[in-house]
Amino acid sequence: MTERAATPPPGPAPAPDRASGEGPGALWLLTLARVRLFYREPSTLFWTFIFPVLLTVALGIAFRSRPPEPVAIGVVAGPGAAEARSALTGQPDVKVTVLDEAAARAALRTGRVAVVVVPGASPVLRFDPTRPESRLARVVADDLLERAAGRRDVLTPRQDTVTEAGSRYVDFLIPGLLGMNIMSTGLWGIGWVIAELRQKKLLKRLAATPMRRWHFLFSFAVVRLLFLAVEVPFLIGFGMLVFGTPFQGSALALALLALLGAAAFSGLGLLIASRASNQQTVGGLINLVLLPMMILSGVFFSSANFPDVMQPLVKALPLTALNEGMRAVLNDGASLAAVAPQCLLLLGTALVSFAVALRIFRWS
Amino acid sequence: MPDLAIRCRGLVKRYPPAVTAVDGLDLEVARGECFGLLGPNGAGKTTTVEILEGLLAPSGGEVEVLGRRWGEDAAGLRERIGLTLQETHLYEKLTARELVQLFRALYRRGRDVDEVLRMVSLEEKASSWYERLSGGQKQRLAVAVALVGDPELLFLDEPTTGLDPQSRRQLWDVVTELKRRGKTVLLTTHYMDEAERLCDRVAIVDHGKVIALGTPRALVAAHVGQEIVEFQLDGAADGDEAAFAALPAVQAVRRVAGGWQLVTDQVHLAIPALLGSLTARGQAAVALSTHRATLEDVFVTLTGRRLRD
Ligand SMILES: Nc1ncnc2c1ncn2[C@@H]1O[C@H](COP(=O)(O)OP(=O)(O)OP(=O)(O)O)[C@@H](O)[C@H]1O
Ligand SMILES: [Mg+2]
Repeated sequence: MTERAATPPPGPAPAPDRASGEGPGALWLLTLARVRLFYREPSTLFWTFIFPVLLTVALGIAFRSRPPEPVAIGVVAGPGAAEARSALTGQPDVKVTVLDEAAARAALRTGRVAVVVVPGASPVLRFDPTRPESRLARVVADDLLERAAGRRDVLTPRQDTVTEAGSRYVDFLIPGLLGMNIMSTGLWGIGWVIAELRQKKLLKRLAATPMRRWHFLFSFAVVRLLFLAVEVPFLIGFGMLVFGTPFQGSALALALLALLGAAAFSGLGLLIASRASNQQTVGGLINLVLLPMMILSGVFFSSANFPDVMQPLVKALPLTALNEGMRAVLNDGASLAAVAPQCLLLLGTALVSFAVALRIFRWS
Repeated sequence: MPDLAIRCRGLVKRYPPAVTAVDGLDLEVARGECFGLLGPNGAGKTTTVEILEGLLAPSGGEVEVLGRRWGEDAAGLRERIGLTLQETHLYEKLTARELVQLFRALYRRGRDVDEVLRMVSLEEKASSWYERLSGGQKQRLAVAVALVGDPELLFLDEPTTGLDPQSRRQLWDVVTELKRRGKTVLLTTHYMDEAERLCDRVAIVDHGKVIALGTPRALVAAHVGQEIVEFQLDGAADGDEAAFAALPAVQAVRRVAGGWQLVTDQVHLAIPALLGSLTARGQAAVALSTHRATLEDVFVTLTGRRLRD
């Protein structure tokens, strides 16, 4: 055995070795692989691009700003009903219906009318003070009846109607959905994918090659960045075109926020997936991080709704920082300096999560 | 000092609390050698190989691969070895060629992508997604990926399990060709014919230890005779071990699952004697057969168990 090892190998000379550096580099091919895996998997395309748009459309339609609702007034049939009716009609934003007693009660209860007028020498206004539109309708009905009865106004203020840009629900919603999208693509796109690679022992197989570990991780970062550059303008552009949502502030500030947000959530995704050998475990952990933030961080409704004791917690969440920052830039025209605290929080999250994840990362 | 591709001493791997997968294993593999690790399920073959590959940390013992330790120059060593894991999954939605290209790019030097695909006869499947390859094709692709860095030392963990006969033979050709080029191959297998055909030397592993080591021929000669006569007795009759052993030309007698084995070097004497003796006692032999002793018989002799149950 020693002899045979000492003799030079028989047979034809080995094929000449390829010169080093020939062909595309490892970093490039690893990145290309990730891009290919992305677009060859239609479901990831759907969740990244189509789903947020569908969600925006659905919610945008459901909560669209309607033209002002007419004030619905019911009049109980009987003596004086005709006079009351003519006193109340004639206004463009008032709708009057004459109903018998039982129907009037039912209409008030179900909200088809907001106030019921019982005509007579001393008319009665029946309304529900817990409902804002009912209180409004009482004032309107009272005003019209008084005027018809001969009241003279002493002061007639000029009316000046405005609609603030960025105050509609869809304006609130788009930055929130954008934040949520950056969060879920970071957590799922990094965490879930790495868990899958570990479970399939593909991480182990790659670790058995001379692959530079940072090339592998960097390929994920490059691809995240690439898709961020599509994802963010796509959703904002969609909002601007279809719903006329505003973009008041600095584009640079928005880009920085998106970048830092993506880094923070990619870092968290990597951290979650750094040791677990089971993909289901990682899926559960991701949801554990993702769902509370979706509720607390002001995606669908303002986080100001939570009580004061919870605010320090809410404010410390990276998604809150991302959402607040992007809302400030898009809707309120905030500058880069104004969103610096949010940027710092995201940067801190990214640095800490990456540092810990890389320390404890397991390849097999 | 001999030029060794692999040297390990007193290798131990424990999985607390109760499992000792490798239990003081010694191994020396010369450069240019094709070495086989044989053993039943759970013997510790994969664990041993993964420690040698630098993928698992041993609980104890020393490992030297191509003259280096894993702690010294892991990156340099990785350039020089290639391997297949016992179970391989590659990226499902990349094509065979894209996968080989990707792995090629991870090595500083290596072989031509198409040449490697041709070696494992996957040229026609080069543009198919990994997930659309058959099990055997996936396994051959794993070998292609192991070869593309042009390794000096190749580890193959059960490379032919589940392959059809033609693909197995093709893989044997690949290994033979590597040997011809002076490469070292360490493979694990459950197929004795494969080990006898490919391996210069084999180690039989059981319970995490090497229980026999040598060339296939030498192991057979040392642990079993030349020929094996195997038979069962008809009905419930029980054989008489001493009587079998006393037959002419019979060197050893073993009781195996459901029957008996006689080791002999002269079948033409042993069989008539056996049949005569059985007839004299009013018994009959069924399922009588003979075969040349193989590594499988070595294994049965050494452990009293069969390799595959
Ligand atoms: N991660 C682990 N934790 C606990 N025990 C393990 C682990 N990995 C392997 N083992 C145990 O170590 C022993 C050796 O396993 P190993 O995979 O090395 O066997 P093998 O010889 O390759 O078997 P096979 O022929 O089935 O591939 C087995 O008993 C197995 O159950
Ligand atoms: Mg094994």
